[in-house]
This record gives sequence, structure tokens and C-alpha cells, in this order.
Amino acid sequence: MTNKTAIPASIDKTLELLGKADYVGDRSLATVLFLALKMGRPLFLEGEAGVGKTEIAKVLSSTLGRRLIRLQCYEGLDVAAAVYEWNYAGQMIAIRLAEAEGAVDKQRVEHDVFSEQFLIKRPLLQALEPDTAGAPVLLIDELDRTDEAFEAFLLEVLADFQVTIPELGTVKAKEPPIVIITSNRTREIHDALKRRCLYHWVGYPNAERELKIVRTKIPGVGTRLSQEIVGFVQALRKEDLFKSPGVAETLDWATALNELDAVALDPATVSDTLGVLLKYQDDIARIEGSKASELLNQVRADLKAAE
Amino acid sequence: MATTPQSEDRAGRLAENIVYFARALRTAGLPLGPRSVLDGIEAVLAAGIGTKDDFYWTLHSVFVKRHEHSILFDQAFRIFFKRRGYLEQLIGLTLPQVEGQKAEQAKPASQRVQDALFSGMNEKLRKEVEQIEIDMRKTVSDQEVLQRKDFAQMSAAEVAAAKEAIKRLALPLDETRTRRLAPNRRGRTIDMRRTLRASMKGGGDFIDLKYLGEKTKMPPIVALLDISGSMADYTRLFLHFLHAVTDARKRVHSFLFGTRLTNVTRALKQKDPDEALEACSASVMDWSGGTRIATSLALFNKLWARRVLTQGAIVLLITDGLERDADDRLAFEIDRLHRSCKRLIWLNPLLRYEQFEPKAKGIQAILPHVDEFRPIHNLESLTELTRSLSNIGSRTVEKRAWAGKAA
Repeated sequence: MTNKTAIPASIDKTLELLGKADYVGDRSLATVLFLALKMGRPLFLEGEAGVGKTEIAKVLSSTLGRRLIRLQCYEGLDVAAAVYEWNYAGQMIAIRLAEAEGAVDKQRVEHDVFSEQFLIKRPLLQALEPDTAGAPVLLIDELDRTDEAFEAFLLEVLADFQVTIPELGTVKAKEPPIVIITSNRTREIHDALKRRCLYHWVGYPNAERELKIVRTKIPGVGTRLSQEIVGFVQALRKEDLFKSPGVAETLDWATALNELDAVALDPATVSDTLGVLLKYQDDIARIEGSKASELLNQVRADLKAAE
Repeated sequence: MATTPQSEDRAGRLAENIVYFARALRTAGLPLGPRSVLDGIEAVLAAGIGTKDDFYWTLHSVFVKRHEHSILFDQAFRIFFKRRGYLEQLIGLTLPQVEGQKAEQAKPASQRVQDALFSGMNEKLRKEVEQIEIDMRKTVSDQEVLQRKDFAQMSAAEVAAAKEAIKRLALPLDETRTRRLAPNRRGRTIDMRRTLRASMKGGGDFIDLKYLGEKTKMPPIVALLDISGSMADYTRLFLHFLHAVTDARKRVHSFLFGTRLTNVTRALKQKDPDEALEACSASVMDWSGGTRIATSLALFNKLWARRVLTQGAIVLLITDGLERDADDRLAFEIDRLHRSCKRLIWLNPLLRYEQFEPKAKGIQAILPHVDEFRPIHNLESLTELTRSLSNIGSRTVEKRAWAGKAA
């Protein structure tokens, strides 16, 4: 972890930065990332599950030496869980103490009770606070899981980077945080929110890049095995599956095969470990057995032709 | 580039070109406001003009806000900045030079993009282009004319009557529980925040408890409407109904299917029903053709189910279930559809016949997987449907009756 706080100065530097943290990104991603940092705009990343969207925020935080604040979205996410909450137990004790002391000034008691001392800060409020290392990275993960009401609230926060607490006043960020929003597209996010962000679709990587990812993340895996793994996964994505395997699945599979001490793929091993790659029973039933060996033969033929 | 223009002129030209490009994209259907254009210019200035790729992704990050717009953007970019070495010559560029695309090269999105680009061109260029444009129209229209049906064919009296009746159909406020809480006197959770604030008013001497209760909201509705030949008599009416529903609720998605699947949600969002249905008929290519229920459902399951069937969605499947070649695939897909939504309601106009028996293979394949099975052939049945959407209690009875007949 370097303690450098400056943002990269060009697209090339951004690409370098990603490489430093072992993130194998392509140039289009580096471009949009650079622009988001330079223009101070939130970055909206959309894509299938397991293609490395969340990872981008983590990489940014570690390479820039900024604090990572993560807000995991879920249905029913409300202000108390996302922005702030009062410490009620503490407040009640404070009231009791004030009574015991015989303080009768209602105004003062109220002022004391609703002070920063009793404020519990949640991710969005934390992200607005000044930090010595520079503005933090705010990761709003899987925004599509929450509902429209929260989206509308977020719109307000992202527009001015400020939050109003009725009892306390307005908290405004001196330096806006680096905001990364991810979505698995289980529903459309409203255009109004997207308009404030830079948009990028994170797709499946091509064979060359995926091979690089596997070798960077799992150094122990052999050359031949990694080639076959990537070839097989790439072939799977061309099949008509309900859920194609993502990069995360490729890495899981490579790790699993590595643990099993496999040197190369064979039909039996593929069928046995298919559950790591495919998460729907229909998909597994479809690929298992003859289809798997067919794909494997094709992958081998392709690899031989490439040599 | 024989002479080098003034530098402020360069920046002006660059901005001008981005404005033209954004305008073309807007005509092609990307929702871009003036703000996006300013963003585009800002982004290009921030990134600098390096390679063509960087320039492409810079504009892409600002102008594209939806994954499906990527293809339109790509086409537009290719056509707009086609001239070889354009970026090297960016400074000297006056107007983008457009060469006519050969008709056989036309990719799916390029018709829209081409039309959009040419509408913004100056006179001279437009003339050059006109000929090619006519060529292109021909090739595409062959497909379009095929079986496009006009809603205007509905008799005036029929339209008036239906519209009136549909307007009067008050959609019930059927509700699903959410995990959000709202102030509620009879709630069960104590609202500490309001309680404390209320007690502060009295100086904190006594504590008046305030409660929170569950909050409910309307679940999204997803309608899958069969527009094949055998359903032709009903589709117009149902479209009116769907328009009324779309108008009344927030989250309604409508899909039409015959031999292919079309998402008409956006078209139905227009306020005026006639305009909405017009837009609908313009976007659909397969009116009154055959039915491929299994294929259409497979497509829906793969492309849309995970995007629209969230948060307790109700699916209205409007079809007669007459699939020519019914096989295991239909049962498989309907099963998957059933598993991905909260409630699957099958509306079948064939139920109007008293003696109807679910003998057809397709119907037998679908029947075991639906939550509810009811007739829909006139306004009365529509009213019945709206009632059923709010009343979940009596739903399985009818289906069981029909299943008994089928056995």
C-alpha cells in the first residue's frame, strides 16, 4: 500500500495504477476511471455478477491510500442505516442525569442530547467527513437491490455532497468523496441518477485478458491448465446458458483445480467441478457429460492450432 | 491540412463537433440534454485527445447511460468520425464527412443512426446522401410492411366504448409488504427517534411511546401479451387495458410476443392512448403471425426476467396457449417463469366458451405452472381481473377446477 494521495494525471497513469494492484483492466475502464477522478463525478458501474465491479473500488482505495467506506444496499435500506442514527440509550441516560442534577432548562437539555456526541455515523455521513489521507472512496454496492425511494435520496446526496440532520444542521463535505456505484442490473436505475454519473458497462474479459487475470491472481496455476481453463470458460460463455460464469467463477475454478493438483483438464474432473462454474441446475445438467467433453476437445484443438 | 487555423478556432470546432455528434445521438434515441453536451466537452478537455480509442471511451462514458445504448453509440461514432485519420485532422475539420453505407452492410442499429445523422447535416451533404437513404429504406421496409397492423382499424364506436370502460376500471391498490417502516399508531416497533423528540417537548419527565408499522406498496406488474393471429381480435383491447394500467401505476413492464419478443414499456408510457398504441404498433414487426410461446418465453427468461421480475412482481401472461409444436421446452420455460415471479396469472380468452376443455398440448403444458387461470375476453372479465389482483384468497379454486377437467 503506497501512501500516495494524488490522483493519476493521465489515462496511461490510471492503467498503471490498476496494474500495480494486480487489477487487469482494459483501456476503456482506465479512461472512464480517470475521467471520474479528474471531473469529480460518481462512477456508475453496471455488469453481470462476478466481473470485478466491487474490486475496482477496493483497488482505488488501496492504491490511492484512501479510506474505503462501503454501503451495501438491500431492500428496505433507510436513513438510519445509511446516513445516521441517534444513540437513544445514551440520550436517555443523559436526560436522566440532567434530571438528577436538577437541571430544568429544557432548551439546554435538548441541545445537549441532540449533539454530535450522541450521533452514530453511518457510511454516507462518514464519507462526507474530512480525512487526513484525502477524500475517502465511497462504494455504494449493488444499488439495484434497494428501492426507488433510496435512489431519490441518494440523488440529493450526490448532487451537493451534503446531508441535512434536522436537529444538528447541514453537514457538507469539504472535499467530495470518490464515489463508485455498482449495479447487477436486476432492475433499471432511474435516468436522473445515472445522468449525474459517468457510466461504464463492465463486460466479460476476452481470452487474453482473462488469462492474464488468472495468472496474476493465482500464480501457482500451470501454463497449460490456465490456458485450458480460460478456453473452456470462454467457450461456456458462448453457450446458451441461463447464467454465464463470471471472472470470479473462473478464479474459483482455477483455485479448485489447483487444489486438486490437476495439470490439465479431463472430462471427469470438469464434470465433477462444474458446480464451481455454473450455479443453476439446468445449466449444469445441460453441460455435464458429453457436452463438456465436446467443448473440451474443441478447446484443445484451438490451443493446438494456436501453437 | 495545408494551413493551421487559429487555436481558439480549434477548440470551437471541437466543441461544435461534439454538439453535432450529441445531437445526432439524441435523434437516434439516446436521452441527451444540454448538460450531457457540456459534460462531453469537459470530459474531452480533461482527457485530452490521445488515440481514437481514448476519444471513443471518453465520449462513451458521458453519452451512454444504458448498456443497450452502447451499440447505437458505436454505430454513430463509426459513421460520424469515419474519415480516415480524422483525429489527426480534428483541428481542420469543418463538418463530418459522411459516406453512404451500402445497404447490405446495414447493422441492426444503423438505420436509426443514419437517419439521425443525416437529419442534422447541411444541405449539400444531405443531397449526396439522399439516394442511399432511399435504398436503405427499401430493404428495411420489406420486413416492416410484412404484417404491421394498424390500430385505427378498430371501429370508432368500439374504441370509444372500450376506452370509456377501461378508464372506469379502477385498479385496486393491491399491496405487498416491504421491509420499510413508517409511523403507525398500531405498529409494533417503537420509533425511538420520534419518542425521544416527543418526550423532550415535555421536558423528558414522561415518555410517550411512538410506534412504527410495516409499510406496503404496489408490486410491479409484468404483462406478456400474445399478439399472434389467433389472438388478433383481442390484442387491441388488451393494449388499451395495459395502457390504462401503465398510466395508473408506477412499475409496469409490457412485452408483446408472436414470433419474437418486443418490449413496449416505453411506448405505452405516452399519456395519450392513441399515441401510445401507435408507438406500439410501430415498434412491433410480427403482428398476427404465428406463435412461438416457448421461444418467446425462453427469450424473456434469459434477457428480462432478472431485470424486471424483482421486488415481488406479478406476471400477467395473456395468451390462448395454442402452441403449434408444444414440447418439453414450453413446460420448462413456464416453470422457470413461475419460479422467478411472485404470482403468475394466465389470462386466456378461450375460456369464454362454456365447453372449453384444456385439451391442447400447449395448454396442458402451461396449466400446472400457473397460480391463477382466468378468462379474459371482454370488459367484464377485465373488471374481474382487477378485482382478483387485490383479492388473493380465492385464486386457486378456479385453476383446480380447470386442472380437474384437463386430467
